[in-house]
Amino acid sequence: MPAGLDPRFTALPLDALADAALSRARALGATHADVRVVRIRSGQQMLRDQALESSTDATDLGIGVRVIHDGSWGFAAGITLTVDGAAALADQAVAAARISRPLTSRPVELAAEPVHVGEWVSPFSIDPFEVNDAERIARLVELSRLATGPGVDHVTANLDMTDEHKFYADLAGSRTVQRRVRVFPQLEVMATSEGYHSMRTTNPPAGRGWEYALGEGWDLDTEVAQLPEWLAEQVAAPSVEPGRYDLVIEPTNLWLTIHESVAHATELDRALGYEAAYAGTSFAKLETLGSLQYGSPAMTVRGDRVTEHGLASCGWDDEGVEAQTFDIVRDGIHVGYQLNRQMAYEQGLGRSNGCAFADSSGHIPLQRMPNVSLQPAETDITVSDLVGQVERGLYVTGDKSWSIDMQRYNFQFTGQRFYAIENGRIAGQVADVAYQATTTEFWGSMEAVGGQSTYKLMGALDCGKGQPGQSAPVSHGAPAALFRSVNVLNTEAEGAHA
Amino acid sequence: MITDWIEAGLAAATSDECIVIVRDTGEANLRWAINMLTTNGQMHHRSATVIAIRRTDGIGHAGVLSGPVTSEDDLRRLVAQACAAALDAPASDDSAPLPEATVDADFADEAVGTTIAVFSDFAQGLGRALRASRDAGTETFGYAEHHVSTVWLATSAGARRRTVERSGKVELNAKHADRIGSAWVGQATTDFADVDADALAAEVTRRLAWCENRIELPAGRYETILPPSAVADLMILTYWTASGRDAEQGRTVFAGKEPGTTRVGETLSPLPLTLTSGPGVLPAAPFAIVEGSAPGLTSVYDSGSPAEAIDWLRDGTLERLPYTRAAAAASGQEYAFPSDNLTLDAGSSITLDEMIRSTTRGLLLTCLWYIREVDISSLLVTGLTRDGVYLVEDGEIVGMVNNFRFNESPVDLLHRAVQASATEQTLCREWNDWFTFTKMPALRVPDFNMSTVSKAY
Repeated sequence: MPAGLDPRFTALPLDALADAALSRARALGATHADVRVVRIRSGQQMLRDQALESSTDATDLGIGVRVIHDGSWGFAAGITLTVDGAAALADQAVAAARISRPLTSRPVELAAEPVHVGEWVSPFSIDPFEVNDAERIARLVELSRLATGPGVDHVTANLDMTDEHKFYADLAGSRTVQRRVRVFPQLEVMATSEGYHSMRTTNPPAGRGWEYALGEGWDLDTEVAQLPEWLAEQVAAPSVEPGRYDLVIEPTNLWLTIHESVAHATELDRALGYEAAYAGTSFAKLETLGSLQYGSPAMTVRGDRVTEHGLASCGWDDEGVEAQTFDIVRDGIHVGYQLNRQMAYEQGLGRSNGCAFADSSGHIPLQRMPNVSLQPAETDITVSDLVGQVERGLYVTGDKSWSIDMQRYNFQFTGQRFYAIENGRIAGQVADVAYQATTTEFWGSMEAVGGQSTYKLMGALDCGKGQPGQSAPVSHGAPAALFRSVNVLNTEAEGAHA
Repeated sequence: MITDWIEAGLAAATSDECIVIVRDTGEANLRWAINMLTTNGQMHHRSATVIAIRRTDGIGHAGVLSGPVTSEDDLRRLVAQACAAALDAPASDDSAPLPEATVDADFADEAVGTTIAVFSDFAQGLGRALRASRDAGTETFGYAEHHVSTVWLATSAGARRRTVERSGKVELNAKHADRIGSAWVGQATTDFADVDADALAAEVTRRLAWCENRIELPAGRYETILPPSAVADLMILTYWTASGRDAEQGRTVFAGKEPGTTRVGETLSPLPLTLTSGPGVLPAAPFAIVEGSAPGLTSVYDSGSPAEAIDWLRDGTLERLPYTRAAAAASGQEYAFPSDNLTLDAGSSITLDEMIRSTTRGLLLTCLWYIREVDISSLLVTGLTRDGVYLVEDGEIVGMVNNFRFNESPVDLLHRAVQASATEQTLCREWNDWFTFTKMPALRVPDFNMSTVSKAY
């Protein structure tokens, strides 16, 4: 039976709190008001060499009220879940909007959205917080033992779990309750006898329950058992010769490149300048929408909030907009941005595509990325097919280090494993590799994408953006893909001073 | 009264030992972009962390739970849940006895908060700055926030500690209308009384004027002056990776050549640099507040222990590394708690302007951004320059230069730095969401590795 909402959350006086805050906001003249009651339980367990290093279980519960009053935003948040407390927050939010008014040059208006009333729960079988602590740790110990082998000096095992409940109500009449559960087990092995080397599992965080840690959706045991052998090979691997290489990149690595160079670059708030002093802007400017050659014709990227087990999937966003799917890059051309209601209205782009998110009741919803995924080929092109087209190249798997500039142009990534490709075949590992490129050149060099059989849904739990800083979970799907003539650095050489 | 709730919670604990930490936080912020205010807010939050400890043969098994508290009942429930979790918990790797009990005279005092009114004077100056920017055809962006947290920490061994953490920051970013020329200034504060919006606006405007002349330079190694903000970002990252235990296990740049050893005692810089953290010159809590263990660095078992000023680097030589009490006992080292502030001082009296005037040809940076580890063993990091790379020729700033991606190790930079300025309080850019208080010098590096050009501005 599918899991449902937690009755301990739905037993809170959600409607009464919303009624109190919304009626107070309306009485004070607000043209829009929304109320969010959010409970987020997050747990983390960290083992090192099978011993427990850290275990935390934290719950955050509160209420946030946001208003548009006289064309200005105002926001207030607190932890008192009473009718009087909710009404007081509406007072504070309106007061904040009044303070903003003299410094607001353009009245805020929102794109229209139908009224929605309903419930949504992410698909999972076993609530990770209902699993006994000792059982969870026993599973991490079991995986740690699997990862132990010749040449492995240390093993770390981490588990992150989140159970998120959100109630949303607005003046227009929308009322929704949602629950999202996510789990992320990770194992890493280390060798220190011949310099420091490490090898980590490549599985992503997933919008699944405890069953994910047991192997549903990802064969964790098999991957963990291979870590010692992969690590030993890396320790003995030759250092890469820097230069231009063709790269066949696995989704376990490519997802992060998509995240940084496509998903962030197509956030409309960045393109307009609202994040200019912090997260940055974007080279993908509004005036080139529909004409910017973002990548090769093999590149089609979609945003969505509906992918099963996707970390950004939901029923409705934090402005009450229904989850949707939309094109961001079609056949290599930039055709769409991620939107919230304010920006959709301001730019005349019609309905918001549902990309507002706040990481707690204490933060305002920002435009945050949905699941953003590179589409696979319609035909079943395999990894072998892609590798077979490469004379001299590298096969890249797993993410590691990442960095990109504030306009999402220049990036540098490393990975868990880099294998030499010689005459269409994968040879042994090479070490000290980073690939560095400019976004449009990189995606322009993508000659082919793999088919559905190479596709994986990857992602991150903690994408950061905004001030005050907010953290968002997001998934990225990708097939394996072939890129021609990418600049490869030798990180040892980069670190050696002249 | 919150301290009554804490006493009731401790009294209700069924575990062998218990630590209760209550944090009451008031927060206010303003954000602006393109010469107008975009968001603001005032928030209040109160949460508790309960560390319930069960002992078997002296070894701790900890249940660590955090949650919001609005009443005594909330706290008692949290204590009960933590005690139940301790029954299931395996032995902790960082187990240690409860710290010695200290009682603060102000323990029973109420919470101190903040409201958006803390920005009253600053907002007026900001309004003037936004209008001036609009009139000048430039764009101004930025953010100001203020946090006040009152923290109570009590243990079943009798410790009753209280501290008030006040922190704030303001960042001001000015751009030309084409958003190519860009300048940034930032300031840390505890109460905004010392924030002069007009002075910050004047400084960012002065720096934006340096961007009128635009110069393209290729990648390569350049003599580079890293200003205090950039040095702070690099030193904070180094500090976070300085676990003594991890170094002993060969996992960091501070690992010694022989297994099980560290680089303590090794000279890391020819300059007489001293790196210090702890209560004293900069704000920091007088005791350890650890609401979740950070493996190898901090432990929940150390909560309530004294936080002291510690020299990590003295006159260029590595003196100490952070250890939890458990790791220190296992290694025969001294316990060393890494407080959330950092000072680097070479005893220099040279000003940044004097460093610029004595430069024949080199780059002056403003900030570093998106700094990420590439190689843990050497602490090689990559990142970008941001909001102002200036070319200095014959002692004068002659214009702005394109941005670069760099690949460098902060530890190697300490080794190669040839000059340091006087130390001054600064706000780092990359890590200022988590780390507000630093005092740093500017450093001159003769051969900074600008690996590639970034087209970003």
